[in-house]
Amino acid sequence: MIWNPKYEMMPRKDLEELQLERLKIQVAKVYEKVPFYRQAFLKKGINPSSIRSLDDLSKLPFTSKQDFRDNYPFGLMTVPMEQVVRLHASSGTTGKPVVAPYTANDIDMWSEVMARTLSSAGMTKYDVMQNAYGYGLFTGGLGFHYGGEKLGATVIPTSAGGTKRQIMLMEDLGTTVITCTPSYSLIIAETALDMGIDLSSLKLKLGVLGAEPWSEQMRQEIETKLPIKAIDIYGLTEIVGPGVSVECPSRCGMHIFEDHFLAEIIDPNTGEQLPYGETGELVLTTLTKEALPVIRFRTKDITSLNVEPCECGRTIVRMAKITGRTDDMLIIRGVNVFPSQIESILLEIEGVEPHYSIIVDRERHMDILEIQVEVSEEVFSDEIRKMEALEKKVQEELESTLGISPNIKLVEPKHIARTVGKAKRVIDHREL
Amino acid sequence: MIVKQVSVFVENQKGRLVAMLEVLKANNINMHALSVAETTDFGIVRMILSDSDKGVEVLKKANFTVKETDVLQREMPDIPGGLLETIAKPLNEAGINLEYFYAFIDPAPGKATIVVKVDNPKKAEEILDK
Repeated sequence: MIWNPKYEMMPRKDLEELQLERLKIQVAKVYEKVPFYRQAFLKKGINPSSIRSLDDLSKLPFTSKQDFRDNYPFGLMTVPMEQVVRLHASSGTTGKPVVAPYTANDIDMWSEVMARTLSSAGMTKYDVMQNAYGYGLFTGGLGFHYGGEKLGATVIPTSAGGTKRQIMLMEDLGTTVITCTPSYSLIIAETALDMGIDLSSLKLKLGVLGAEPWSEQMRQEIETKLPIKAIDIYGLTEIVGPGVSVECPSRCGMHIFEDHFLAEIIDPNTGEQLPYGETGELVLTTLTKEALPVIRFRTKDITSLNVEPCECGRTIVRMAKITGRTDDMLIIRGVNVFPSQIESILLEIEGVEPHYSIIVDRERHMDILEIQVEVSEEVFSDEIRKMEALEKKVQEELESTLGISPNIKLVEPKHIARTVGKAKRVIDHREL
Repeated sequence: MIVKQVSVFVENQKGRLVAMLEVLKANNINMHALSVAETTDFGIVRMILSDSDKGVEVLKKANFTVKETDVLQREMPDIPGGLLETIAKPLNEAGINLEYFYAFIDPAPGKATIVVKVDNPKKAEEILDK
């Protein structure tokens, strides 16, 4: 189903006109209100009047996650705080999180793109949507919640966790749509099996899944174990949260809501814009955001764009499933984790050597994070009790910053391969 | 008698204990006493060596994490209640906590030797000497 045919099926020429008109307004606004952008524009020798066509987009400077960090918490905001009705924040970035402010209009826009997302996935107002994305600072919970309500569906805000209770409610309340991370959907399937409940006897039929990377094999597994069609979504806190793009039932790429988000692919090394069809880094510009407009945000996600009209009737561009990252960011149980962040925490613990490796795996559909730390003479004790206390301390320090609980394994020195230059510290066994 | 104990961190992985023992053998170092404490992931091998300084040196050279600690070595009668009456009870009454210990039978009949790790081995020795 197409929630907003006017914008989702707009002729490309009209859409591009609309995008240019909106881009000009966003650019003028950030230039006027945000010193960071003004300086970046001046450095490139441009000002808002330099934007005369969509091709001029490539003249604009990029914005990175680092820029959000440098301007934490409100340095990129363009409205006074009295116009902000909500703040969200991203999970575990190095040091400070990304703070995302929303005006009332931003929340309306977000609800609109989420209603389009759910509608594209196949949901209608007759559905009962059980929202098992985490509610809180994370954009997943409330983003889906507002989208579901805007669509007119019945929303059950269960949030993540409490799997047995989720299944009981699913059975008792007649849930037809589950929204959660792909790995959580598999945990639901296994728990139901343990409880002796046959999910296919329930009304469940659709899953709108995202917030972590997942493969086509995983989709097949999900669809075998749950009676659902599994639909992939894409979004990020810096841009809006979920609601940037979504698959339609033909599942041939995720449609980007281009009247709100302008997408480009660039060569991550040169920064040059690449033509449609080529694979590179996704760069997004918001076109209607009020509190936090973002110009050319480098997502670091690797994908390609397809502008051919889709069989569903949408004219908006489709992005391929994310195939990787240009940086070393890991997404573990839906949480963004940078190896550099793990390193700085380890080095703050007295006596811990800067030799470690990060091992990521998936066991029973749950991501497992193991940190191997070399034992230096300084921390080594002949008493097991003290060694276990060290393990516990490292574990707790990491957990309190990362927001996920790693397994700590103490290893012998020189266990971790030394390499000249950049050490290979991350071993990801997951098939993503 | 207060002696030097050499402790080595060894991962619970095939061949690691053998590798450590090879280092000692190659350097002609004998073990007088030995105990291993283990968790799922690693073990701590504690030894009384014929030459502890040399033992530490060669093990470090072979990249092992090594630590030297003072421990108390005592002789006790190899009879029922031997450990209790000569070591455990007196230390307990003096409020000295045993971190760990390991015992073995002496070649001399009727005797056993115990290696005791306590916070303050000197003080423990004084108590046991009384």
